[in-house]
This record gives sequence, C-alpha cells and structure tokens, in this order.
Amino acid sequence: MKRERRIAALLLAPSLLLLLVLFYLPQALLFVVSLGRRSAYGGVVRDLSLDNYLRALEPLYLGILGRSLALAAATTVLCLVVGFPVAWWLARRVPARLRGALLALVVLPFWTSFLVRMYAWVVLLRSEGIVNLALGAFGLPRAELLYNDAAVLIGQVYGELPFMIVPLYVSLEKLDGALVEAAADCGASPARAFASVVVPLALPGIAAGCLLVFIPSLGAYLAPDMLGGGRTAYVGSLIQSQFAVARDMPFGAALSFVLSLGVILLLLVFRRPLRAAQAL
Amino acid sequence: MRGALAIRGLSKSYRGHPAVRDVTLDIAPGELVTLLGPSGCGKTTLLRLVAGFESPDAGSLSISGRDMTSVPPHKRPVNTVFQHYALFPHRSVAGNVAFGLELRGLSAPEIEHRVARALGLVRLDGLGERGVHELSGGQKQRVALARALVLEPELLLLDEPMAALDPKLRHEMRIELKNLQERLGITFLFVTHDQDEALVLSDRIAVMNHAKIEQVDAPETLYERPRTRFAADFLGVQNLFRASVLDVSGGIARVATAGGLQLQANDDGGYRKDAAVWVGLRAERISLVERASNVFEGAIDDEIFLGDWTEWRVRTSGETVSVGEGNVLARARRRGDAVTLSFPKEAVLRLEDGEASE
Repeated sequence: MKRERRIAALLLAPSLLLLLVLFYLPQALLFVVSLGRRSAYGGVVRDLSLDNYLRALEPLYLGILGRSLALAAATTVLCLVVGFPVAWWLARRVPARLRGALLALVVLPFWTSFLVRMYAWVVLLRSEGIVNLALGAFGLPRAELLYNDAAVLIGQVYGELPFMIVPLYVSLEKLDGALVEAAADCGASPARAFASVVVPLALPGIAAGCLLVFIPSLGAYLAPDMLGGGRTAYVGSLIQSQFAVARDMPFGAALSFVLSLGVILLLLVFRRPLRAAQAL
Repeated sequence: MRGALAIRGLSKSYRGHPAVRDVTLDIAPGELVTLLGPSGCGKTTLLRLVAGFESPDAGSLSISGRDMTSVPPHKRPVNTVFQHYALFPHRSVAGNVAFGLELRGLSAPEIEHRVARALGLVRLDGLGERGVHELSGGQKQRVALARALVLEPELLLLDEPMAALDPKLRHEMRIELKNLQERLGITFLFVTHDQDEALVLSDRIAVMNHAKIEQVDAPETLYERPRTRFAADFLGVQNLFRASVLDVSGGIARVATAGGLQLQANDDGGYRKDAAVWVGLRAERISLVERASNVFEGAIDDEIFLGDWTEWRVRTSGETVSVGEGNVLARARRRGDAVTLSFPKEAVLRLEDGEASE
C-alpha cells in the first residue's frame, strides 16, 4: 500500500511540478500584478488596490465581456447545430471500418496551426478573396465579408468544431439504436424520439462538447484579431492589447482574472445538470 | 378484423442478400403465432417489417384490414417487446410505461391510472418509482411488456423476449405470457429459436429457414407431421435419412435409405417410384419391445442419458438409428447389446427437401 502510494506520487510529480511552476506560480504573480498600478513607462508599481477590478467592471468593459459571452454562446450553439448531424452520421450511419479514418479527418485540421487556419479564412473572405471572386464570376456584387462579427463567428466555429464533434460522437456511438426504435414503437415521431430519447441520453456528450467549445471561445483572441480586424471588441483582444499595446499589465491581469472568474461561475451553475448527465 | 395481420409476398434484401423472401402469412385476430427458426433465418427481419422498422422491397402487409406497407412505425397500431427490452435508462419504471401515453396527450391522472393497471397486469405493482437499472432481467421483461400492453396494441410483437432469462424463469414467463394473451385476446406475433417455447405458447407455428416460411401449422400437427427436412430437424426429429422409393402399392410405399435400410411407410400420395425422398423418424416412435410393420435387428452402439429417458444409438443395416426409451426399460440395457427395433408405418415421415427445391 505504502509502496503503491510512493509510486503514484512519483508518477504524478512531473505533471504537478509542471503545473506548479508554469501555471500556478505565474497565476499567483499575475494576481499580485493585478493589484498594482501601471507606472508612467509601462512598468508595474506594486500596490494592494482593487482599482483595476473596479475599472474592469465599468460599463465599457462589461459590454465587451458581454460581446465575448455572446460570441462564445453563438459559437457553441452553431457548433452544436453543425456538429450533431456529423457526429450522428459518423457514429450511427458509417460502416464501423470507416469510422476511424473519418474521425481522423475531423481532427486533421489540428495538424495545422490555428494561426495559419485563421489566415486561410482571411484569404477566403477578403475583398479580393476566393468567395468574392466566385461571386464576381456569377455577376453578383462583392460583399464585405471580412473584418466584422460574422467573420469572427465563422472562424471561431470552424476552429472549435472538432471539440464539439468528438465528445458528441463518443456518446452517440454508445446510444442503443433499439431505444430510438422503442420510442417510435411507443408512437414517437422521429423529432419526438430525438427530443425525448436521443438528446437526454447524449447529454454527457452535449455538455462536454459545449464546455470544450464555450470556454476557449470566451477568451478567443486570434479569430477576433485576424478576422475581426483587430479592434478590441472582444475580451481576449482587450487583454492582449493591455499587455502589448497599452502597456497596462495590472489592468490586463485584472481583466483576465475577471474572465476566469466568469468561467468558474458558469461551471458552478452547470455543475448539477452536468453531474446528472454523467450519472446515466 | 381488429388484430388481423395479412402479409402478402413480402420480400426484403440487404445488399443483395435476401433476409425475407416472398413471405405470405395470415394471422387471425387473437391468435398467437410464433416465427420459429435458427438465427439468420429472417424471422426477426419479418417482425421488424411488421413493426415498420424496415420497409419491404416488395409485397404488402395490412393490420386490422388497413394497409400498413408504407406507414411509419410510430403510426402503426402495433407495439413491440424488444429482445433486450430497450427500456429507456433515463426514465423510471413508471416513466417507461407512461411514455407512449404521454405522447398521446392523456391527462396526468389518466396516465397514472393506466400505468398502475399495466404494472398490475405484469405483477410489478409498487415498483413504478424504481430506476430500470435496479431491476432483474425478469422484471425488465415485465416492464417492456407493460410498456407495450398499456398502449392497447391491435398486434403485439415479441422479439425473443425470453432469450435473456434463465431457464426456470423462462418456463414461468411462458405460462404467464400465454395466460395474459388469452385473457387480453390481443394478437401476438412471437419470434423465437426455441422449439419448446414455440410448442408451449403457440396457436400456430411458422417455421422459417433461409428467408422463407417452410411450414405453418398448429404445434401438434407440426410436431407429428413436419413436412420438410428442415422443419423435422428443427423440431427434433432425430432420424433423417436420404432414401429412394422402391415401389408404391396398396397405400404402402417401400423406400430404401442410402445405408440400405428398407422401410415401409404409409403412402400420403407424395411418394413416386424411383424418386429420391427424405424420410424422418422420431426416436420415441421406435420401440425395442413391441413389434410393428418395420422390424430390424441391430446392436447398441452408444447411449445418451437424458434424465427421464435414454437415447440409444443403434447400428443396423448400414444406418445408425436413434431410439428413445423411457428409463424404466432402458436401465436393463447396455452398450453392445443386440436389440430388435421396430416402428409402425405411420411413424415414417415423408419430408420435402426445402433447401434442394430452391
């Protein structure tokens, strides 16, 4: 018993050390910074004030946080709507021998850097981009596709979609097809069987997918920066600009803690339904 | 007409492989008909065609006189007890039974009343609040039955509902199911690969093999007079011989088996001189004591003890014949003994080779 515990501690040590040195320690430092003030030259003056947090809760910044929430929510909903049929098809329609290969195709974009993939969307959507060239070829007027919220949403959905499909696939693959037939047998139309049987039983996958998409989307930086034209309209870009442009590290740090706190609060709110779903 | 099922020329293939081939079957209201056959014979596909989970390539089917060929499953007046019950894991026992009633938009008190009555019918009173994962196999089966019966189907389909139960429970459930069916008067279409189950339960049995129905008859008729080699084999006719007809005269056919055994059989009109036939002989119709029209000398080659009776393998004239004997008599014999085996003409069954006629 003692020996086993020693081995367990030994096995855990590298990851604990990594987390401690590269995550918790910087977080603690960042927290100290967030309580300080910006010096005239962009340095940090140590202090113990909550001014940065109060500033982060001003309407201007709350509005930006709200926009980020809306972006994350829209991304999550769109990923769910787009990803569910794909996951269903992969898990229940495709012959088993092809599933692995097709699932690999879903994850394949991860082999390319997110930055490059976002830049690919710039190429597609810009005013001389492929989409506009195609529109022109059909004699249609050009559209301003880039540097707006729709472009940010497209890029974000595209980037996060695999995180939705994979957990959905896992829970839909486990779903017993006879249950769907049993629902129909009891008189449920396909839509009703979907709502009453498929969705409740796929809830663990739906919840996991939504969390995996929502949380990174909330702090999204690259898509807003590259497809949204780099205006600090989302909290991710706002934080980045505090560090890199405004040289106000304390405020940037405070903003990032507000964002983390928001995520933690959301997780707490959804903890009960998530646990109920996992118990099935 | 309520509860009548008429299947006309129904066919279904999967990737060119026929699962149900040109099946025609009529079931009267209130009848309990079993589809009996080995796995892969198409019996489950036929059931799924009736339920509407599969759509046929050809043919039609009607329930209670209404054409149902292209009606989706949720609109058919049919309910199914699934092989592994397919209970909804996210609903309680009562929630499972109530599901179909909720879909029909009944009021909460009405649903509660009907669920309680259905659970009483399958003797699960008071278990409504349980989760389905807390139930034993037998209880799960009862819930599945209650969930189907509560909707008062015109036709109840049962897909090997006993397969997952232990033998003792299976025996009890057979009797209970039969009683329930007689009491409710609902038409049952029952799929099984278990010949005992089919014999106990059915008003009529449809024997299926290679996607076709080979014979439909009452259990006694099917047992006494199987018409095809497959049906005889599946219903436990131990002695099956390929034979040729020597001559037919005066209502008696003489046939010789491939091993050289010459038998006399009652001519049912199907024997043709010099034609090849299959003949079957039930082990329990052969006696080592009495003397009838067919008499052969032989010696006991092997014995299979089966509890209340023993099956002797008797070597005689180039064939090995299985002979069943109750253990009161069988105790006196042992391997190597010379015996005289005998059976009446009517014990010889003429069988068609359903597979060869394709």
